[in-house]
Formats: sequence, C-alpha cells, structure tokens
Amino acid sequence: MGLESFFGDSFFTTRIDAIINWGRMNSLFPMPYATACCGIEVMGMLSSVYDIARFGAEAVRFSPRQSDLLIVAGTVNYKQGVILKQFYEQMPEPKYVIAMGVCASSGGFYDNYCVVQGIDEIIPVDIYVGGCPPRPEAVLDAVIKIQEQRIKKQTVLEPTAAGTKIHLP
Amino acid sequence: MTERIEIENVTLAALQERFGDQILETHCFRGDATAIVAKEAIMAVLEFLRTDSRLDYCMLTDETAVDYLNYPQARRARFEVVYHLYSLSKNCRVRIKVPVSASDVLPSATRLWKTADWLEREIWDMFGLRFEGHPNLKRILTHHEFVGHALRKDYPVKRRQPLSSNDTLMDEMEKRLVAKGLK
Repeated sequence: MGLESFFGDSFFTTRIDAIINWGRMNSLFPMPYATACCGIEVMGMLSSVYDIARFGAEAVRFSPRQSDLLIVAGTVNYKQGVILKQFYEQMPEPKYVIAMGVCASSGGFYDNYCVVQGIDEIIPVDIYVGGCPPRPEAVLDAVIKIQEQRIKKQTVLEPTAAGTKIHLP
Repeated sequence: MTERIEIENVTLAALQERFGDQILETHCFRGDATAIVAKEAIMAVLEFLRTDSRLDYCMLTDETAVDYLNYPQARRARFEVVYHLYSLSKNCRVRIKVPVSASDVLPSATRLWKTADWLEREIWDMFGLRFEGHPNLKRILTHHEFVGHALRKDYPVKRRQPLSSNDTLMDEMEKRLVAKGLK
C-alpha cells in the first residue's frame, strides 16, 4: 500500500503464509533413512553432481528430531518397520516423507514373509518415487514437488469464527 | 587345473577309504566334489577333513540346509544339511551333505569352526533343524514374534507377520556384562 514507498528499499511486504512457507521449503533438512541400495542413490543425490543443496536441502541431519524430510530409501522389513515408526514419531511437525524406490513404495520385488509391502502400511507418505533405484534426478523431482505442492500451499493463517488465528505446527 | 581336480578326487577317495559305507554317495563334476554322508558319521567326517594334513580343510565357508519336500525325485530324507569346506593351503573345496529329517538333531559344528555359530542359528530359524551342543540356538533373522520356519517349503512365502514392538537386545547385553564382570 503506502508502506513500501514510505520505508524505501529497507522493507518489503508479503503475507505470513508466503514468507513462512518460503523459509520452510528452501531449508528442508533431509533425513536419509537408507536401509538398502537406494541409499547409494541418496548419497549420489546429496553430493556434488546431482546436488540437493541447490534446493536448499543441504544440511543433512542424521537425527529425526532435527529434520523435517524423511527419505526412506530401501527395503523395510517388519523388524525395521517398528524402528521406522519410532523415527517418524520423533520428527517434529511439519514433516514430509518420500518413499524412495519400489521397495519403500510397495515392497518392490520382495513379495515375501518379511518385507513390508510399502511403508504406507506404517507411516503416511507424501511422495512415492518409483525405480530400482530411481535416478537421483527423480528424487530431486520429488523434493521439488514437495516444495511446490505441499509446503508452498500450506496455510499458516487459519480463519476461525473469532478471527484469524496463526497456526504454526 | 588338472592337479586341483585330482585333489578333490583324492578327498573323495580318502573319505570312502576311511568311512566306507557311511559315505552314501559321492560325485564330482569338473572339480566340484560332493559327498553325501550319513548323519551318524558327520562329526567324524568333518573332524577328519579338518585335521588330516593331506586334506587340511581348515575353513567352513558355508553351512546351510535344503528342504526336499515336493521334490520330483525321491530323496533320502526331507532335509539335507550342506557344509561347504575350503582348504586354504591346497586351494580346493568340498561339499558335504547330510540327509536329516525334521526331528533329527545333528551335532553342532561349532566345536570345529566358530563360524558355524551363526550359520546354524540361521538353519534353525529358517528350517527348524536343531543342533546339539550349540552355545546359543535362537532365531537370528526373523523377529521375535514370528511363528514358523520361513524357508520350509510348506511355509507359504507370502505369509507376512507384522511386528508390534521390537525386543531389546538386553538379554545378549546382560550376558556380556556379566562375562566382563561389570554386573
């Protein structure tokens, strides 16, 4: 309105939603939950050639309590599934999950007595990436989709009967 | 190469000479030597292969089992426990197979090779074959709520058994703490 012309170049106005979502989407902290071969592709994606740091997700935290993007890369057995659930519960909100590879998405080619047929039996998943293993670019595409379709569209301001409430999960 | 094939044949000949009719069958295809041994003689056979200086099979590279249920040709027993031995000094390998039924108890090879510890735990977990004299015969691959022996032919391969909560490894840890005198 008149604010920008009043303050000049030192300030810009935006919406709370936009600025908070911008901050969150460009500073995702991935947690590579690498159980099998897809872990190697995760390592490829995290390092220089396929660089996930371009998208801001540079700070890899190997602790669920310090991360917001869980990349489940690899086969998950029932024994491991209990641990995966604990990991997911330890992550603070808002959190996102990528099921990388066919093993995490659907059990892969392991249709047997010990493999969980898709981690969505255990935790909610945002993006499924197919491939055995998926190209690092495919996982980067998944990260971009989470940024564009999940984080960017998240509403922080919640209109309630009593007025607008800021909902910061 | 001719020498190596001869060593394998020497092994089979030595086994037959010493154990006679307890060696139920031998065959050797292009240097891949196999001997099928009766279960009463298995410990003596393994000990002989390990200690005899001509043969010197010092390494147990693998121990596993096969379930011959529904096999087209009739076999001597439902299961066969297979030992793969390797001689480092002679660079030759031999396979020993022992027909056993589900209720038979074989003597444990841990007396001769410590690596048989986990290998026999896997056989117990997957096939249900017991080994007498094993220090710790409990499951190693399946989770603690799993019922059944997964690699038997009559276990439906897609029967999944979800796990509700993990067991702690405190039982193993307790033993080690006690052994180290820390508890």
